[in-house]
Amino acid sequence: MPSGETTDEEPPVRHGPARPGQLMQHRAATGGPDEPGHDELGTDGAMSPSLTETTRVRPGRFDLSLVPLGFAGLFLAFLVLLPLGWLLAFSLTDESGALSLANFAELGDPSLFLEPFVATLGIALGVATMACIVAVPLAWLVARTDVPGRRTLRALVMVSFITPPFIGAVAWVLLAAPNSGLLNQYYRWIAGAGPFDHLFNIFSAGGIIFVMGSCAFPYVFVLTANTLDRMPYDLEEASAILGGGRWHTFRRVTLPMVLPALLAGFLIAFLQAMTQFGTPAILALPAGFHVLTTKIWSLFQYPPQTHLAAACAMPLLLVTILLLRGEKFLLGRRGYTMIGGKTGAPQLTRLGFWRWPALLAALFVLFVTVLLPNMVLIRASMLRTVSDPWNLSTITWSNVPLVFSLSHTVDTLWNTLITGVTAATLGAAFSVLIAYLTARRAVPGHRFLGFLATAPAAIPGIVLGVALFIAYTRPPFQLYGTLWILLLAFLTIEMPPAYQQMQAAFRGLNPELEDASRILGAGRLKSLVSVVAPLLKSSVAATWCFVFIGSIRELSATILLTTSNTKLVSVLIYDLNEGGQLGGIAVLGLVLMAVTAVVVIAANRLANVGGMVPGR
Amino acid sequence: MPISRRAVLTATAGLAIARTARAAPPEPAVLTPDLIDAAKKEGKIAWYTADDLVLATRVSKGFETKYGMSVQLERSGAERIYQRIAQEYGSNISEVDVATTSDLGHTVSWNASGWLASFVPSEAAHWAEKAIGPNGIYIVDKFTMVMSGYNSRLVKAEDAPKSWEDLLDPKWKGKLVKAHPGYSGAITNETYALSHLLGWEFYEKLAKQGVLQVQSATDPPMRCAQGERAVMADAAEVTALRLIAEGAPLVLVYPTEGVPVVGVGSVLMQKSQRPNAARLFMHYLASSECQKINMENGSRSFDTTLAEPASWTPLAKIKLLFNDPVDLAREAEEIKKHYSKIFGV
Repeated sequence: MPSGETTDEEPPVRHGPARPGQLMQHRAATGGPDEPGHDELGTDGAMSPSLTETTRVRPGRFDLSLVPLGFAGLFLAFLVLLPLGWLLAFSLTDESGALSLANFAELGDPSLFLEPFVATLGIALGVATMACIVAVPLAWLVARTDVPGRRTLRALVMVSFITPPFIGAVAWVLLAAPNSGLLNQYYRWIAGAGPFDHLFNIFSAGGIIFVMGSCAFPYVFVLTANTLDRMPYDLEEASAILGGGRWHTFRRVTLPMVLPALLAGFLIAFLQAMTQFGTPAILALPAGFHVLTTKIWSLFQYPPQTHLAAACAMPLLLVTILLLRGEKFLLGRRGYTMIGGKTGAPQLTRLGFWRWPALLAALFVLFVTVLLPNMVLIRASMLRTVSDPWNLSTITWSNVPLVFSLSHTVDTLWNTLITGVTAATLGAAFSVLIAYLTARRAVPGHRFLGFLATAPAAIPGIVLGVALFIAYTRPPFQLYGTLWILLLAFLTIEMPPAYQQMQAAFRGLNPELEDASRILGAGRLKSLVSVVAPLLKSSVAATWCFVFIGSIRELSATILLTTSNTKLVSVLIYDLNEGGQLGGIAVLGLVLMAVTAVVVIAANRLANVGGMVPGR
Repeated sequence: MPISRRAVLTATAGLAIARTARAAPPEPAVLTPDLIDAAKKEGKIAWYTADDLVLATRVSKGFETKYGMSVQLERSGAERIYQRIAQEYGSNISEVDVATTSDLGHTVSWNASGWLASFVPSEAAHWAEKAIGPNGIYIVDKFTMVMSGYNSRLVKAEDAPKSWEDLLDPKWKGKLVKAHPGYSGAITNETYALSHLLGWEFYEKLAKQGVLQVQSATDPPMRCAQGERAVMADAAEVTALRLIAEGAPLVLVYPTEGVPVVGVGSVLMQKSQRPNAARLFMHYLASSECQKINMENGSRSFDTTLAEPASWTPLAKIKLLFNDPVDLAREAEEIKKHYSKIFGV
C-alpha cells in the first residue's frame, strides 16, 4: 500500500506557534556531526510545512521503511492491548465468567478501595512534589551554574538512580525504624532521650513519601538537567540584551523551555509512586495500612480474587489518563524545538560567594538520599543483628553464604542480567521508533500509538503481572515459567518512561535535519538511523539505561511471573524481606547495585566511544 | 531422659498433631544404594519449604555435601508456598519435588487434589506413630511452637508478660511486633488456636496496641533482638531458640493459657520430575543426621535418639494447644480474612 494514499488524508500539521522554537529555526543547522553533506542545505530550516511531518511521498512509490514501522506499531498494540483487554474483561465479569458489575459495586467498601486509594493519591502527590523540590534546583545547579564539582554531583545522583526502591526502603528501615534505626539510636544518645523515644518513624505515610521521593527524584533530575544542558544560552542572552532582568528572563524564557521536562518529571514521579509496590509493601504493611497496589496484591493471595483486583485497577487507569491529558492541556500546543544543528554552549550563572553554600546544600541532599542508605547497607551486610554496634565481636561474614546458598542466587543474578539487557535493547529500539512515528506524525493513527505507549503507566505492575499470567499460561503463547514473560512485562512497563524520554528528545530536535537527509534521497528508515540516531545518541543511551535500571527495579509484576527456575534478584530480595533477613538483603542489594553500575557505565562508554545505537 | 520424652511426645504431640491419621501408613521405604544411584543421575531436587531460612540452608548444605547433588531451595511462608504451588500446577509447571509446610491443612487439600505420593522413609518408622500422615502422605519431620517473648535489654523479667492477655496491657502499646497468618503457616496455626481459645476479641484488642505487622513468624525474634520492638506478640520458637543460642538478648514466654503447636510436614509430590532424588531427600529429612541439624537450629524433633538442649523449656512444662489439619484446611481462609479485617492489612 503506497503510504501516500493514507497519509495524504491528514492535513499538514505544524508544531504550532512555537514561540521559542521559531527563534531557533533561524539558527543555522550545520548538519549532523557525521553527515558532511548537510552543510550545504541546512542554512534555512524555515520550510513549512516540514517534509517529515506531512509524509508526502511521491505517488506510486512504496516507502519500504513503513514495513518495520508498521510492525513496531502492531507489536506495541499487542503488547499493550492484550493485558488491557484482559484487565477490562476481568473487571466486568464474575468468577463464572458472566457479565457483571458486582466487582465495581464492591469498591464501595471503604477498606477495600477508598482508603487505600486516598492514601495512594496523597503519597503520590507528596512524592512528586518532593522529587521536584529536590531535583529542579539540583539540576539547575549542575547544568547552569559554576558550582564546584558539577560532574561529581551528577555522578552521585546517578548512583541514587541505580538503587532499586525496595532496597532503598530496606536501607531506610535500618536507618529510621523508630527503635532500632541508627539515626534514632544516635538521636537518643545525643539528646539523652528515653529508650523508646524517636525522631523518625519510617513506618508511616511521611516515611514512605520520603523514601519514594528520594528514589524518584533522579528521574526528574535527569529530565530537567538534560533540558537545561541542551537549552541554548542565546535565548536568555537575547532576553538580557532586550532589557529583561534575571527573574524576568527566568520566568519568560528559561521556565517555559524547562516546563515540559519538569511536568514530565512530575508525572513520572507521580505515576511511579502511584503504581509502586515494593516500598509500600515494606513500609506501609508493617504500619498496618494499605495503598492500592498492596491491596490489589493482597487480593491475589490464596484464593485469588482476580476479577475484583481488575476492577480496583480501573480507577488507577482513569487517573493516569486524566493526568496525561492534564499535562497536554498545561503545555498547550506549544512546541519547543531546541536543537537545530550545533549551538553554543550554555553560559553558566556565576554564583560568586554562594557557590560554596550551594555546594554544601547539594552535597547534603545527596548525602542523605544516596550515600547514607548505601553506607548503612554496607554496614548491615557485615552484621548478624543489623542494629548492633560495629566492632570486632559483631562483624560476621555469615550473611554472604546465607544469601548465596539460596535458590541458586548466581542463576538469579544471571536471569536478572539477561532479561534486563534484552529488555533495555528492545525497549530503546522501540521507543525510538514510536517516538519518531508520533513526533513526526509519520503514520496515520500516530496519536493512538502515543497513547498505547503511555497507557501501561496506568497499569500497576501487579495487575499487569496477572494479566500477563492469564494471557501467557495458555496456548498459543505458553510463556509462564520462561524468561520471555518477564521480558514482555519489562518492555510493557518501561515503555512509558522510555517513550516519554525519546519523545522529549525528538521534540527538541528540529526536523530540518531529517528533511535535508530525505531531500537527498534517503528513506525514512535510513534518515532515522544515519541522521536522527547519532544526534540523539545520548538520549538513546539514557533511555537504554532507563529501561535496564527500570527492569532491575521492577518487583510488582515480577513477583507474580517468576517461578523457582526463573527467579530474579528483586523477588529474592522481597522473599528475604518477608523473612526479616535484613543482613542478607544488604549483601544481595549491594551485589545487585554493583552489577547494575558496571552495566550502566559500560553502556554509556559504548554510546560515547563507538556511537553505538542500542537495538540497531 | 529419651524414654520420658518419647512418652510425652507419643501421649501429646504426635497423637494430636495428626489426630486424623487413622488409615494405616504404607510400608516404610528402605534407603537402597540403587535409589542413591538413580537419584544422583537426576542430579538435583527442588525443595519448597516454609522452614526458617537459616535452618533450611543448613539442611540443604547437609544434603548436598552428603550426596553431591544440588538443592534448589525455595524458602517462603507456608501460605505463600501454598499459593505458588497452586499457581504453578495450574499452569502445568511441576517444578517442586518436596514441599515442607507449617500449615498441615495444606496437606489435606493437596491430597484431595491427588498431588501427593504416599511415602514413609524407614528412618521415620520409629517416630511417634501418628507423626505420619494418613496413608503416609506426609511426615512431620519437625515441630515448633508459637509463643511470646521479649528483649531482656528493654524489658525487666518482672515486668514481662506471662500470658496472651498480658499483651493487652496499655504499657505495651507501640512496643509489640507480630507476624501475619496470610504469610506464615505457624501464625495460621496460632490464629486458629487462639481465636477459639480466647475469642476474636483478643485480636481486636491486640490490633489497638499498634503492633509492628511483619510477615514471617521467623521475623519477630529478629526484630525483637534488634530492639525494634520490646516484646514479640507471637514468634516461631525455632528461630527464637537459634538466635538465643547465637547470643541474642531474647527471653521466651510460653503463655499460661496455652501454646499453639506447629507441626511442620514434608510431602513428596506425585508429579515430581525427579522422583528418586525426591525420595532420597525425604530419607534425608527423616535421618538422624538431618534431625540433629534441625535441633541445632532450634527445631523440636520426633527423633527420640536426640536429647533437647538443657536450656530449652521441656514440653512437659508447657500447656500445648493442638490443631487438627482438617480443621485448619476448613477454616484457614476465613481466619485470614477475619484477621486482615481486624488488623487492616
